[in-house]
Amino acid sequence: MLSRVAENTYWLARYIERAENTARIVSVNANLLLDLPKGIAPGWRPLVDITGANDLFNEHYRDYGERQVVRFLLGDERHSGSTMSALAAARENCRTIRDIVPREAWEQINGLYLFAGEHLQKGMTKTGRHAYLKALITSCQTIAGLLDGTMLHDQGYEFMRLGRYMERADMTTRIADVRSAALLPDADDLRPYDNIQWVSVLKSMTAYQMYRRSEQIRVQRGPVLRFIFQNQLFPRSVRYCVEHARVCQERLPRNEAALRVTLRLARLLDGAEMARLSQAELHAFVDDLQLGIADLHATVAETWFPPPLFPVEAAA
Amino acid sequence: MSIDWNNYPCEDFYDELLQAPGQARAAGEVMAADLAALGIDELTARQEAANVAIKEMGITFTVYSEEGGTIDRTWPFDVIPRVIPELEWRRVEAGLKQRVKALNLFIDDLYHEQKIIRDKVFPKEILEKSVNFRPQCVGVDPPLGIWAHICGSDLVRDSDGTIYVLEDNLRVPSGVSYMLENRLVTKRVFPELFEHYAPLPVDDYPSQLFDTLAALSPRPAEYPEVAVLTPGIYNSAYFEHAYLAQQMGAELVEGRDLFVDSDDCCYMRTVDGPERVDVIYRRVDDLFLDPEAFNPESALGVPGLMRAWKAGHVALANAPGAGVADDKVVYAFVPEIIKYYLDQDPIIPNVPTYRCMEADALQYVIEHIAELVVKPANESGGYGMLVGPASTQAERDKFISLVKKDPRNYIAQPTLKLATVPTVIKHSVEPRHVDLRPFILSADRRQVTMGGLTRVALRKGSLVVNSSQGGGSKDTWIVPEGAGEGPSTSSQQQSQS
Repeated sequence: MLSRVAENTYWLARYIERAENTARIVSVNANLLLDLPKGIAPGWRPLVDITGANDLFNEHYRDYGERQVVRFLLGDERHSGSTMSALAAARENCRTIRDIVPREAWEQINGLYLFAGEHLQKGMTKTGRHAYLKALITSCQTIAGLLDGTMLHDQGYEFMRLGRYMERADMTTRIADVRSAALLPDADDLRPYDNIQWVSVLKSMTAYQMYRRSEQIRVQRGPVLRFIFQNQLFPRSVRYCVEHARVCQERLPRNEAALRVTLRLARLLDGAEMARLSQAELHAFVDDLQLGIADLHATVAETWFPPPLFPVEAAA
Repeated sequence: MSIDWNNYPCEDFYDELLQAPGQARAAGEVMAADLAALGIDELTARQEAANVAIKEMGITFTVYSEEGGTIDRTWPFDVIPRVIPELEWRRVEAGLKQRVKALNLFIDDLYHEQKIIRDKVFPKEILEKSVNFRPQCVGVDPPLGIWAHICGSDLVRDSDGTIYVLEDNLRVPSGVSYMLENRLVTKRVFPELFEHYAPLPVDDYPSQLFDTLAALSPRPAEYPEVAVLTPGIYNSAYFEHAYLAQQMGAELVEGRDLFVDSDDCCYMRTVDGPERVDVIYRRVDDLFLDPEAFNPESALGVPGLMRAWKAGHVALANAPGAGVADDKVVYAFVPEIIKYYLDQDPIIPNVPTYRCMEADALQYVIEHIAELVVKPANESGGYGMLVGPASTQAERDKFISLVKKDPRNYIAQPTLKLATVPTVIKHSVEPRHVDLRPFILSADRRQVTMGGLTRVALRKGSLVVNSSQGGGSKDTWIVPEGAGEGPSTSSQQQSQS
């Protein structure tokens, strides 16, 4: 498999995953806000915090209002993490590797891109949003399913899965970091809402139902953190993603360096006692994970992808 | 509303479906009846279904926009298939094989002994002024002695029904993927017509192309490593490059995926490390192929590729320098070229062509410029030419001075009354002008596509069929004798259903 194609396959999967995750956090936030009392609701800013693109946001928008944040996350082409940008990038990556992507999958990706653009205005309204995001999420899942079910399970497939798991691990750590910040003052009359907050953390990654099945205890901070960071069976937990990134690498040649970084990440996760981490410790832990994920990406790129066309700027 | 062929205006041109209003040609009887039975509403609905299918399938071509960016446009397609009887086609097929055989002998001769020049059949000064002659290729022996492995020749039909060759594209002819996709779309939207006609299949082109390329491999191996070299996604034919690579199961590579090592072999950069390439179907122009040998600025090419090719370690299709025969002035000599190498008369005639380099012809062209089409030797896509009857005095004056200044660079041809085919135009069926580009493959044997890409000028009266200038396309059906004739019973069943 060509190194350039490996790189494009990897990014194709990352961008599809990014579009889906972004659609999910917008959708969940809208629901969360409906459930919380007006005065204490965290509003829309946390979503921008999750993407880490606050500087770019502040450059173009005056405040973190609903309309602004939703536009930024769904439709803003200046923001490379918006669903529109991610889908455009996914389609562009797919276009360059149409020879290895099954035709049905390409048609689905192309169709999703066209749909997202045509219905964007409606998707940014309060009433149209739910249907729009749901269609986006379903379509992303369809693409993942089509690729799983129709593409050769060769090296290209491993790079695709590698991209998917790394993007997902990255997103899960970001969501957990931002969303677990104590958003409520510690007062007894607000306890019922505390529960809602942790439910929303789970829902941001479609983990609520599986959490209930797996943990069988009420939704609270410690078990929730354990579930989304360390669960071995839930496909959106960080541990699961890291484990499966490892399996992908096992099937690739010249994998020693990447495996070393991956195993380091796995050890970091296994050694953490999630329930006992204070908020500050959790934040530092997530920082460590993020560094590890970035390191893994750099190692993957150096091992398997072509030399960059232009030298990467040190700041980037 | 049904379609009334009596109101179809086809008296002024040769229409391929109808010989006169209300009167279908033998091979088109069932088609005309079926279309009439479908009615214009249903036909329009099928056209819309086809447009949706094309958009969903992502069949696109790229045009350069005025802002300097590129736009990925969906492929314009007309649903009514063009019908050509198989008997007529077999003659065209033989003619194309003859032509390409002669052209390959001609190219090989030009890069070796130049016998045709010594024998004064082909003027030396044309070669001297040729922009597509590559001195770097002199003396090279490509595998099987073939230079133009893939040729796309443009055919037109004049008002008396004669089919002519209008030009030969021997560099990097494109369009074949659209031929294949058009067939796929037609199958989706017109399944019932297929049952009546059973047009000869075109879908085996990718495997024929692969066999052609594999036959050139320098290493005798069961599965030679074949790659399609593309300039990248911003090239107007990128869709086709990807499509063909996919259909052949070959790697689609860009220049930066390849490198030539000190052993003069060409390698791909892969996940497993370097991997040797045997055959490259290159869709990059000569001058960008190898910055060492040609344009040093080219980032699309592979440094050292010419070295590897000359050493016989990698095959290139088409061979560099094949474009020397892809020149509108050389075109004017093809009948002589066929005669010289094969001692045969051309089966398909050339369009009568005035070679401006000849004094009499130049005089004639200047005097009759308002009736002629004047073309420069090396432009494609319909650019840089003058269509006399549609020109202004100022344009004609400009061309007269251009031709006088560099007569070798121009030819002129009478304005052909291109044949028409019924086309869906805004809820009605109207005649529109068409041409045809079949593709000819040459390696250990020669093969011609069954039909080819029909391009149609969608603007009323227009003769310009290029997709970049408002042209569309049609599926082309080569139909066995008898398939489309006689009364159609099933079309009645259809109108009941």
